[in-house]
Amino acid sequence: MPLLDRKGLKQNPFVRAEVVDETAGPNVIVPWAQVQAALAARAKDQQIGVDLPNNVAYGDVLALADQLALVTIDFPAFTDGRAFTLARRLRNNGFQGVLRARGNLIADQFPYAFACGFDEVEPSEAVYARQPEEQWLAAAGRITHTYQRNYGDAGNILDQRRAARLAKEQAHDK
Amino acid sequence: MAQPKRVPLPAILLANDLLDGDVVFSTGNGWSRNPAEALIARDDAAADRLEAQAKADFAAQLVVDAYLVDVSIDAAGVPTPRHFRERFKTLGPSNRPDLGKQAQYASAHPH
Amino acid sequence: MYRYDQFDERFVRERVAQFRAQVKRRLDGSLSDDEFKPLRLMNGLYLQLHAYMLRIAVPYGTLASRQLRQLALIADRYDRGYGHFTTRQNMQFNWAKLRDVPDILGLLADVEMHCIQTSGNCIRNVTADHFAGVAADELEDPRPTAELIRQWSSLHPEFSFLPRKFKIAVTGAEHDRAAVKVHDIGLRILRHPDTGETGYEVIVGGGLGRTPYVGKVVREFLPRRDLLAYLEAIVRVYNADGRRDNKFKARIKILVHEIGTEEFRRRVEEEFAQLDGPTINADPEEVARIAAYFAPPAYEKLPAKSNAYEAHRAANPAFATWADANVFPHRVPGYAALTISLKAIGEAPGDISSEQMRLVADLAEKYSFDELRVTHMQNVVLAHVRQADLFAVWQKLCEAGLATPNVGLITDIIACPGLDYCALATARSIPIAQALSKRFADQARQKEIGPLGIKISGCINACGHHHIGNIGILGLEKNGVENYQITLGGDATENAAIGGHLGPGIDAKDVPDAIERLVDVYLAQREDGEIFIDTVRRIGVTPFKEVFVAKTHAKSKEPENAVA
Repeated sequence: MPLLDRKGLKQNPFVRAEVVDETAGPNVIVPWAQVQAALAARAKDQQIGVDLPNNVAYGDVLALADQLALVTIDFPAFTDGRAFTLARRLRNNGFQGVLRARGNLIADQFPYAFACGFDEVEPSEAVYARQPEEQWLAAAGRITHTYQRNYGDAGNILDQRRAARLAKEQAHDK
Repeated sequence: MAQPKRVPLPAILLANDLLDGDVVFSTGNGWSRNPAEALIARDDAAADRLEAQAKADFAAQLVVDAYLVDVSIDAAGVPTPRHFRERFKTLGPSNRPDLGKQAQYASAHPH
Repeated sequence: MYRYDQFDERFVRERVAQFRAQVKRRLDGSLSDDEFKPLRLMNGLYLQLHAYMLRIAVPYGTLASRQLRQLALIADRYDRGYGHFTTRQNMQFNWAKLRDVPDILGLLADVEMHCIQTSGNCIRNVTADHFAGVAADELEDPRPTAELIRQWSSLHPEFSFLPRKFKIAVTGAEHDRAAVKVHDIGLRILRHPDTGETGYEVIVGGGLGRTPYVGKVVREFLPRRDLLAYLEAIVRVYNADGRRDNKFKARIKILVHEIGTEEFRRRVEEEFAQLDGPTINADPEEVARIAAYFAPPAYEKLPAKSNAYEAHRAANPAFATWADANVFPHRVPGYAALTISLKAIGEAPGDISSEQMRLVADLAEKYSFDELRVTHMQNVVLAHVRQADLFAVWQKLCEAGLATPNVGLITDIIACPGLDYCALATARSIPIAQALSKRFADQARQKEIGPLGIKISGCINACGHHHIGNIGILGLEKNGVENYQITLGGDATENAAIGGHLGPGIDAKDVPDAIERLVDVYLAQREDGEIFIDTVRRIGVTPFKEVFVAKTHAKSKEPENAVA
């Protein structure tokens, strides 16, 4: 499946496997149900990622966070926004690894995914066939700034207003 | 897979034009805004053809929300949907006789 | 009122361009119909029975004259010369074409308006008391809060794909005119009993629809500075834990009901405690910047009573009747707020022609500091009129058929568009409203009956708020015909209550008789000065039910007896 970040299509260094052993390669994504076994069985230099459903308790993921190089969260349907909240909760609570949105999300949700803390998106082949790379990149830049603070947009409108106010006050003081 | 139950025949097929939103009726080889021009399917083969057209024209981004509606046919051969909801759809708002198909087409008048 | 700065302006312009591109991508097949539908709904565009319908946000019901004139222009150029005000203070056009919608959005952006989140499973247009800044019982104008929430909720990255729609209402007054207890979140501005600091009472989980609930107080006092972080915590808990397996159980009211208010509060407070408030909330300067736009207009210093007004009242009984019903006291001496009823006898509730829009805009410009309000009762308010000008305004309203003296009375009926327009409806609402309006048209009789709210919905989704009508009417389908259930005792105010069923549904033609019998019970039983809802509270539903069931039962039994 294609993998995109803010710059566009990128190579996917991870492969998916049910079970981790030395033949699985250096970067392996396992299902959530297999993650404990995978972490126990991995070789020293193997990076482990996990495919999460969108309804797991985020505390359970955080407990393993420092052992996971990659966490992907599923969008069973693009209308199911739980993955956005799960991503936010992982980030709010200190998850530093790579976050990937996966499944049936659509290009129009690309900027939302970044704002909620995802680094990259792995859309389904069916969606990507209709919405190729340029549509994702165009969608990412349609709205330059939104109102919400603390959603990754350093230039959010409230902070821009605040900066303008401070600049004005400083100019006034001089 | 079980075939979803089809409405009783005779039936006409209506949809909304994607760009305009107007209610349109299948004429068998195209779409008309005039309910009097709706092709009446009296057997399953004819209904199949209407549904095939609807499917193709949905895929071609021409119409949306296409479905068969069972009708009664008056002496002049004009079809009227049996259900009141679909009757309104072929007429227009009942409180505004100056708007909708009832205002546009002579054959579409409240019964 | 609020004016866009460069950031708001750019945001709305970019949103128009975004929608234009989405329409293009729908037409070239990039977006499937299933994908496009939620996107167009989040932009207020429905596909209804006869055509597309475009719902335009009127944030917290406040409109300027130039905005109403622009709506009139859109009505003439792109629609059929009229619009419809909804129970959530928005305006709907019933005949929009998809091909025109991007251009319409551009015209709206020209006057600082939009359709953002007037539908869809996201945070909807925020509503507020339509007498904000006017009412004497107000502690604080709710609109700065509502505007802050409007901005915060617009294109929210995390909360645009919620389990279901999400409605927020704000009031700053003692008397609740914003129905905050039947919203997903209701905010009541209040003063802390000990410190005197102003903040919010936070009510969650109210709502109408299939399962009506009165909201529960989740936070008795929320400091003002914490508002956005607390809202974020509530909506996050809902987004994560709200049901998605059944559309009819997906609203936050069901979550609150199923896990209980205590557990819901615990989850929200736990989430809230994790948040870094100062990085989320608007700083006080931003709050003050918004509030400054809602500063009172430059009122003249006037005597509390206008002699000219009193003289006109004495000389002209028709004017006095209208003023009694439609004028609301203003907190500033010599001024009044007046409600323009969009419930002319026999007309569709909430409909307004483009000509009427222009007249109302002119009146607002000349007599009301250029400011209008839309009410959830589907009427329009001129918020600040000098009492001395009321007579001149009334004369102009009379010429335009806009001087119906029935605000709050039995013909001031709320009705959703119903099956005359709506694709979801199961029965018509408008003709029922029209029939009742005609039945009770007599002015003296309306006055005799006094305050009585009838609310009509054309389906279980309850856009017509039938559950909280003193008399509620719900249109359903039964055996292939329209059928109407009657409820009694609902209340939309601070005494929020859900009405109780009176009995089996009845035919459309029997509705006026049935309502008349209920009114007769009230007139026979009421004590001095008692309004309808208070009589219902005092004597209970039973006397009404007995009359209702006796009559309808007698009717429906006849054919069965005939067969036997």
